[in-house]
Amino acid sequence: MNKFDVSVDTRLCKACGLCVLVCPKKVFELRDEDGKSVPVNALACIGCTQCYQICPDFAITVYKKEGALA
Amino acid sequence: MVNENDAEASFVPMSSAPDKWLRKEHLPHIWCPGCGIGTILRQVIEQFTKLGWKNDDVVFVTGIGCTGRASGYVNAQTLHTIHGRALPTATGIKMARPDMHVVAMLGDGDGVGIGGNHFIHAAKRNIGVTAIVVNNRIYGMTGGQVSPTTPQGSKSTTTPYGNVEPSMDVCKLALGAGATFVARVHTANPVYVGQIIGRALQHDGFAVVEVLSQCPTYFGRFNGMPDPVQMLQWFKENTFMAKSPEDEKEGKIPIGVFKDDKTTPELSKSYRNLWEA
Repeated sequence: MNKFDVSVDTRLCKACGLCVLVCPKKVFELRDEDGKSVPVNALACIGCTQCYQICPDFAITVYKKEGALA
Repeated sequence: MVNENDAEASFVPMSSAPDKWLRKEHLPHIWCPGCGIGTILRQVIEQFTKLGWKNDDVVFVTGIGCTGRASGYVNAQTLHTIHGRALPTATGIKMARPDMHVVAMLGDGDGVGIGGNHFIHAAKRNIGVTAIVVNNRIYGMTGGQVSPTTPQGSKSTTTPYGNVEPSMDVCKLALGAGATFVARVHTANPVYVGQIIGRALQHDGFAVVEVLSQCPTYFGRFNGMPDPVQMLQWFKENTFMAKSPEDEKEGKIPIGVFKDDKTTPELSKSYRNLWEA
């Protein structure tokens, strides 16, 4: 069972692609129509938090299952 | 959201900083896609959360420019002052209310361009203000003009054949003027930016953190790096950890903490002591 989940607020995302650069598990992909980031592989998230630390638009939220180790 | 059916209530966000410290109704912000100011602001609010400060105890002062717009998004006591005058305003607030945490976020033009003299005097006085200098090496908001920190040879709107002037080093200026905490970091490593800003916020005295930031729209586009990803890779390849801004290594930019002096008295405290004596 995965311990983390990722969501991207497409209203805030400006399609810079920095989350795709930093993610070690290839969770994000830029969608074709407007280049915005989509967490297509959210099950692979390991909770390293690099995506929301670098996201300049405050668009990414990483969720942790209560009680899981970060 | 893959796990919507999987007992969603048990998942909690890993950081509560945006809910507590951002005026979310003003988002999305005005900065360009890939601009580093958002990353730096994120690290600042993460450190506010980590330190457990209250929203009403923090004064967030900015000047004019792209960085100046940051005060509109922070849920604290914020002040958007005139160009270059963020530090004199912050100095006044700290002298009147030494109990508050005063943070000034400056751009390179705001800090060492038009407000250069105020920067030197705030450093000389050792006033207890944290100055976060976002150095994107260009005047971004007005259309990409050359700034005091534009590297020699770099192109901008006003230097289409390359900048002929040597650039200004913010950290050397701060050290020479007497700031008691001086550090330089870059946005390609945001967690390190956060750690250093956290140390600067806790420092008693004038703390300068120069954050090298990316401006893909103007600096990047004129200098062959139109993608923010290329600019971050440039930072990674062209910086090295050093103990002094004088250190040299193959023409790269030194980063790290250059000074952390806890012995020099802070101005508002020395003033109170004089007043009470």
